[in-house]
Amino acid sequence: MSLALPNETLLDRSAAGRPFRRSLLQRVLSFCVREPMGTLGLVLVLAMLIAGLGADWIAPYNPTSNDFTAMTEPPSWAHPLGTDQFGRDLLSRIVFGARTAIIVGFTCAIVGGVVGLVLGVASAYFGGGVDMLFQRVLDVMMAFPLIIMALAVVAIFGTGVQNVIIAITIPLIPRCARVVRSSALSIREVPYIDAARTCGLGHARIILRHMVPNVMAPFLILLTAFVGQAILAEASLSYLGLGVQEPVPAWGLMLQGGAEEYASTAPWIAIFPGLAIALTVFGISLFGDALRDALDPKLRDR
Amino acid sequence: MRTKAALATVLGAALGAALAAGPADAAETPKRGGTLIYMIPADGPPSFDGHRETTFATTHATAPFYSVLIRVNPDNPSSTTEFVCDLCTEMPKPTNGGKTYTFKIREGVKFHDGSPLTSADVVASWKKIIDPPEGVTSARKSYFSMVANVEAPDPHTVVFNLEAPSNAFLPALADPFAYIYKKEILDKDPHWYERNIMGSGPFKFVSYEVGQSIKGERNPDYYRQGQPYLDGFVGIFAAKQAVRVDAIRADRAAMEFRGLPPSARDQLVKELGDKITVQESDWNCVNIVTPNHQKKPFDDKRVRRALALAVDPWHGAPALSKIANVRTVGGIVFPGSPLAATNEELQQMASFWPDIEKARAEAKRLLKEAGAEGLSFVLNNRNIDQPYKFVGTWLIDEWSKIGLKATQRVLPTGPFYEAMRSGDFDVTVEFNCQSVVNPLLDVAKFLPHTVYTENYGNYEDQKEIDLYNRMLAETDEAKQRDLMRQFEKHVLDTEVHAIMTPWWYRIIPHRSYVKGWKISPSHYLNQDLANVWLDQ
Amino acid sequence: MYRYIVNRLLLAVPTLVGAAALVFLLMRLIPGDICLVRLSGGGSVDADALAACHADLGMDRSVLLQFLSFLGGFATFDFGTSMWSGKPVSYEILTRLPISLEIAVLATVVAIAIAIPLGTLSALRQNTWTDFVIRTVAIAGIATPSFWLGIIALIIVLDVTSAVSGTPWMPPIDYVPLWQDPVRNLSMAILPALTVGYRYSAVTMRMTRSAMLEVLREDYIRTARAKGLVHRLIINRHALKNALLPVVTLIGIEFAFLIGGLVVTEQVFNLNGIGRLFVQAVQNQDYTLTQALVMLVVAVFVLTNLVVDILYAWLDPRIRYA
Repeated sequence: MSLALPNETLLDRSAAGRPFRRSLLQRVLSFCVREPMGTLGLVLVLAMLIAGLGADWIAPYNPTSNDFTAMTEPPSWAHPLGTDQFGRDLLSRIVFGARTAIIVGFTCAIVGGVVGLVLGVASAYFGGGVDMLFQRVLDVMMAFPLIIMALAVVAIFGTGVQNVIIAITIPLIPRCARVVRSSALSIREVPYIDAARTCGLGHARIILRHMVPNVMAPFLILLTAFVGQAILAEASLSYLGLGVQEPVPAWGLMLQGGAEEYASTAPWIAIFPGLAIALTVFGISLFGDALRDALDPKLRDR
Repeated sequence: MRTKAALATVLGAALGAALAAGPADAAETPKRGGTLIYMIPADGPPSFDGHRETTFATTHATAPFYSVLIRVNPDNPSSTTEFVCDLCTEMPKPTNGGKTYTFKIREGVKFHDGSPLTSADVVASWKKIIDPPEGVTSARKSYFSMVANVEAPDPHTVVFNLEAPSNAFLPALADPFAYIYKKEILDKDPHWYERNIMGSGPFKFVSYEVGQSIKGERNPDYYRQGQPYLDGFVGIFAAKQAVRVDAIRADRAAMEFRGLPPSARDQLVKELGDKITVQESDWNCVNIVTPNHQKKPFDDKRVRRALALAVDPWHGAPALSKIANVRTVGGIVFPGSPLAATNEELQQMASFWPDIEKARAEAKRLLKEAGAEGLSFVLNNRNIDQPYKFVGTWLIDEWSKIGLKATQRVLPTGPFYEAMRSGDFDVTVEFNCQSVVNPLLDVAKFLPHTVYTENYGNYEDQKEIDLYNRMLAETDEAKQRDLMRQFEKHVLDTEVHAIMTPWWYRIIPHRSYVKGWKISPSHYLNQDLANVWLDQ
Repeated sequence: MYRYIVNRLLLAVPTLVGAAALVFLLMRLIPGDICLVRLSGGGSVDADALAACHADLGMDRSVLLQFLSFLGGFATFDFGTSMWSGKPVSYEILTRLPISLEIAVLATVVAIAIAIPLGTLSALRQNTWTDFVIRTVAIAGIATPSFWLGIIALIIVLDVTSAVSGTPWMPPIDYVPLWQDPVRNLSMAILPALTVGYRYSAVTMRMTRSAMLEVLREDYIRTARAKGLVHRLIINRHALKNALLPVVTLIGIEFAFLIGGLVVTEQVFNLNGIGRLFVQAVQNQDYTLTQALVMLVVAVFVLTNLVVDILYAWLDPRIRYA
């Protein structure tokens, strides 16, 4: 777990500022003990991060160069996961595909999630006209199913990683805002928010200190789900031929064409990229769940 | 009437026209009965009107309902030069110095509503194609610029008068979309045939489930005695290739008529053995790479030439043919045509050099000279797997070998054409795909857009136009072939207006119980199903 | 309560108009148009034919005029004709609706039947093996691309039947209504319903579990426990009822989105449903059909939301409907 070591300053501050708290390392360790599934998730996510960031060193072959002497070869010592229809090494493409997945997954989730969080909490907190206006705008955006909005965006701007990110991020915003709002709505009525308001605390302070932490649990579930959803949405777009394009190595793209054409005759082409997607999203979700349990303010240090 | 029709059939046979049994089936007597279920690789035709549409989805769905004037021989559809009568009784010899073609129309032909078909119907249909009335779309109007007029001097004679003799006329006339409609209906509403079906073909229309299937039943009054053999047919629409292959595997459908990639063929043959019969043919379709001459640095002939030199079709085509439906290395003319270049002739041109190392060294030298080393650009492509994206992926890797960095931008059909029309691209993959092999008209695709509006290269080239016109006017075939070589060299080597990729290869694996259908170089051709029967 | 419902219905109007404007704009921002799509069969488009096609479809009118006629038509329930097929839009949609609805309903039934009991169980047995297994199954459901699952499921069915009987079998690829041939109909719908339903149930199961966990820690549950109320009663009367709040939201939202989820699944199984129609309409740049479809989804969405909000108010007395 050495890779999960926090940096020094963070350790210092938590040790100095909050002497009664355990150190982050201890907390990470206790997290691993308490949350074996979360740890498994963390391992999967870390594996993906390492693969993505270190692809240049890990991948045995160039992921984009064709080798017509080795087309659709089954897994072997030379090609541990086999080769695809262009003779490209599948392991190398999956390793480099992790990088694309990181870029697409995290960018979409973070941008979409944060914008959604702000809109959702603000909408619930201010209520009245603001809430009404936000809700109408969000309703309109929500009315476009993710994949339909994405189809239109890609048709307008064309394919490519940036456009795929735009296409996936836009529809995530209202989904986040709505769920956050519904959580925040129940909290708004809780006495301590009223109390905070009567104490004359500012909007920003109430929102940030009281409401945001209270919607953090559903938000984090969503955020982790979003990373997964973005990766899955990219796969769906690719399946429709409108995602990331050849020869960029991307998991969803690798399932397009290959998965269907060779599912029976060269199943490794269909199976391994699918597994890469499934395991990564699986890991992210496990980790997200565990993180939620660990971070839930009502649960912490109890 | 019946005897006359029968007589006409015999006459037709004597003249080498369509009769049921072709050479391959000579030993077998066709069986009557049964329903052919086949897949149509599309979501559905935009309309039923062949005159207006250009997609195979229309012919695959509606050709069995209609007759045409002349067509490729359904028993020898792979020939690029043999045309036979459908509604006419005899292929005419041109008179008046090659400017007049007179067709005798079969007697006793009835439309499905029972009314007789006469030369007036034939003329009305052709007029709609050649010179459509205001507000009516004809997709192939430009093929017939050589026609002066069409007339019907009597109920069984149709005369085409040309402005000048042309070798391109008969092949254009054999267009499989040129359905013969009923004049009375066209007079009332020229759009009627877009939504409705009423012809004189071997099958009568039964039903159309929008987006799902089209059904037809035997026309008992069909003018070819004994045909059609099938009781009926069902065409099921399925745009996804995997569904179509699965359907053939599970015998939910017997076949599809467009063409499947080699992987699908191998899978079906491996599993089903002799229950599957495979027919293959060169395909009159090809992907072309067009650099935008208005975009720097592709205005520089040296850069375009480098793009061409870097591509190695001689090694690429055999490999690509294992995974995509492309195969034959060729120039601008369909490889099966007498006008096509031989391999030796090809090897004189950029992108066909036999020594690829030498070619790539030359390409790098040209790039350096033009100051375009390590150039990054976007390859525009269409959102179709087979073979567009396969070809695109191959090209990008080929170009990477001379240090060029291409990324692929894939667009759905509408935005794809808009990008090309508006010149919003660096280099684009496009395609040329024709029904009847007619090289003289087909290569017009390579003429500057001032002449051929849908050339997307954005260049002017008077020399090229002159060459083309000389070739078109030439009626001596040997001289014409020579001019075609000059034209080809000019397009592909001297100016590098375009780069050819391997020609498509059509692979039709079908259930072995389907008999009588023969493959042709075009998926638009030979779809009336009259001579198809089921051995069950 | 009535006033609330009427209010909410009135609020739907700006949503509908907003969605109408958005789809109208989006469609016209896509480069090219339906005539290019239609005329491109041979690789090039005849310029005269293109102009004729534009005039034919009324695309030479001003954009504002087109928008107003679209809004006007919508207000009078006249959705026009599909630019692609020339058939009335209502006919195009109604033809595709049965199979999509059937699968959506089947998938929802599958989802609810699996998700709520298992999700609750998982929460009650938190951090036991039962919990781990249920969560793993649920998370795997979310993590697996549904089209991939569909492809693999289809191939397995084909390969297994081929190995067992020598003749590969696959579900029918043309739709027959339930009342005409129930066996054929269900054998077509069952695989896609399971593929979609698995993911759907996984999402719902997770939400049920986490909402349940949250509620179980609430003071009032502990109070109930302290008062010595029977465990089952606490779960049913108090915990589940309150935990259902986010679950209901989710089921509602997911149902409205099922149409979107069906887009890909319908491709895999060649189902002639709304999802496939949607993709076709966007790719063909069929303005009228796309607009009508979006408006349909918006209407379904608005109604679902209304129902969800009413349920909210009913389930959680803390929320006022004002």
